[in-house]
Amino acid sequence: MTDQQVRKDDEIAEAQTQAVIDSAHLEGLEIKSLTQWQLARRKFFQHKLAMTSLVILLLVFLAALFADFIAPYDFAEPDVPNRSSPPTFEGQHYFGTDKIGRDYFSRTLFGTRTSVYVAFIVASVSTVIGVIIGGVAGYYGGAIDNLLMRMTDLFLTIPFLAILLVLSAFLGAGSPVRVAFILGFLFWTGLARIVRGEFLSLREKEFVEAAKVLGASDSRIIFRHILPNTLGPIIVNATLTVAAAILVEAALSFLGFGVQPPFPALGVLIADGQDSLTTLWWLATFPGLTIVLIALCINFVGDGLRDAFDPKQRVK
Amino acid sequence: MGTFIARRLLYSIPVLLAATILVFFGMTAVTDPISQIRLQPNVSQQTIQNIIDRKHLDEPVVVQYGFWLRDVFFNQFGNTALGDQPIWPDLSRAIGNTMQLVFISELIAVVLAVVLGVFSAKKQYSFFDYATTTISFFGFSVPIFWFALILQALATWFFLETGFRLFYTFGQSSFAPENAFIDRIQHMVLPIVTLSYVSIATYSRYQRASMLEVLHSDYVRTARAKGVKERVVTMKHALRNALIPVVTIAALSFGAVLGGAVITETIFAWPGMGKFFIDALIRGEVYTLMAWLMVTAVAVILANLVADIVYGWLDPRIRYD
Repeated sequence: MTDQQVRKDDEIAEAQTQAVIDSAHLEGLEIKSLTQWQLARRKFFQHKLAMTSLVILLLVFLAALFADFIAPYDFAEPDVPNRSSPPTFEGQHYFGTDKIGRDYFSRTLFGTRTSVYVAFIVASVSTVIGVIIGGVAGYYGGAIDNLLMRMTDLFLTIPFLAILLVLSAFLGAGSPVRVAFILGFLFWTGLARIVRGEFLSLREKEFVEAAKVLGASDSRIIFRHILPNTLGPIIVNATLTVAAAILVEAALSFLGFGVQPPFPALGVLIADGQDSLTTLWWLATFPGLTIVLIALCINFVGDGLRDAFDPKQRVK
Repeated sequence: MGTFIARRLLYSIPVLLAATILVFFGMTAVTDPISQIRLQPNVSQQTIQNIIDRKHLDEPVVVQYGFWLRDVFFNQFGNTALGDQPIWPDLSRAIGNTMQLVFISELIAVVLAVVLGVFSAKKQYSFFDYATTTISFFGFSVPIFWFALILQALATWFFLETGFRLFYTFGQSSFAPENAFIDRIQHMVLPIVTLSYVSIATYSRYQRASMLEVLHSDYVRTARAKGVKERVVTMKHALRNALIPVVTIAALSFGAVLGGAVITETIFAWPGMGKFFIDALIRGEVYTLMAWLMVTAVAVILANLVADIVYGWLDPRIRYD
């Protein structure tokens, strides 16, 4: 095919496209081009389950954040006349009280605040570490990649919970921030693998080659060209990490190796209710249901985000 | 096949050695046996000096590692620091008890998850599909210890209401039971339900996804086109390939299942590895903890080996020579 012919073909194709657009305009249709982010946002907003979950989550988080104003009682102050009260609206003990009269609705609110606070630190710390390690391994490959991946393999051979328990037992957990950092420094392996995989495939792409030819530095290529293209999986993973962190922190605190009294955390509240499961059933029930609600909503949001970032899924 | 297993076992040796390094130096980095013992009252200076001599704690860390390694491989993990008791007899008993729980619950989990996953995939977007999806989302979101407590509360409530003991919520066996086998099952049901629920939730999602993918593949369409019955297409052509991801995830989660056993056994007072681990942790018994970590590492490595063997059985293209 000669040059001229190609140009002619191009012109024809262009004219055809223009004709389609024109006819669409005639029929009153508008054609807009959307960026990846706009598409993802639109898909997420159309995901009913994810949007509902997001609204519930925001309400729970806001209630926990403003626990000082919402909680009818202090979390440690006993309401002595109403000891062991079942859930009631009269004395504003919506979730009942324990044996010494502490209001469990207030305690659950403050506990949620601690647990969510811990989970957000865990998600941030582990995301930063996971992106750096996964990015370095995927971009540079070779020996660094090998070393890092063998290290994560090795961590997989020992139960995660056991490592966590040993670390928090001997490093003296107890305060929420300490627990959060111990968890954060262990939660990055899954994300590191995902980021590594994305970097491995993206670094071979033409646009990265073009950037290299133009003389872009490694850090510019990593942060300006590759990283934005991997943000989808990173955001999904960070979201799911919040749910996982809440569950693991609750388990640690329940076993007595995580957040410890006087800090209120949902796992601690459940442990307090463990001894009176059949008599004061509300003590273990409501903090547990709160965990389930939060984790379920986060999982649904994460699922919606995953669909939203997946280019194979169309906007309806 | 024999050579494959032998080669894989040989390949496991460096992994195992790396695990010993991780366990020993990791543990040394966060604590040391003496400082844990010093926290306990009624321990004389002479006792501590004896432990230091016996465990060579005045030598460099690398030398200590060597002595520990010798104990691990030739001395059944050696003795505890305080009391100088052999670790292995108690640990091996705990391993046996845990394996009862873990094997049965994993078997139930894999079988049920495969059945649920296959049916959800065959009837995608049906009521059944949505129901299993919902149940498995709850499985990801329910804290395992809370689930165990709810089961315990329900069983106790049932006993108090009816006076009939259906399931026990505590321990492994009753004192002088009428029928030892039934008694053991009554003790096992609740821990097994707890342990398998979370696994079922995860595995059935994988099974559903992989089954959907296989059912839409070209070779399945070909099988249908040449007139193979739908039942045979599902069970023989599709299922076999769709099982591979589930085998992978079941093997990879073996460590997580042992972690789940720690929580479950603590709540149900099952005298297994989980309870053994928490007890050692509370006592600050470093050598027992390291032995425990090594045993789980070996278990996870073996689980992965089993998975590799199963791959070859599922997919004849994978050859082992």
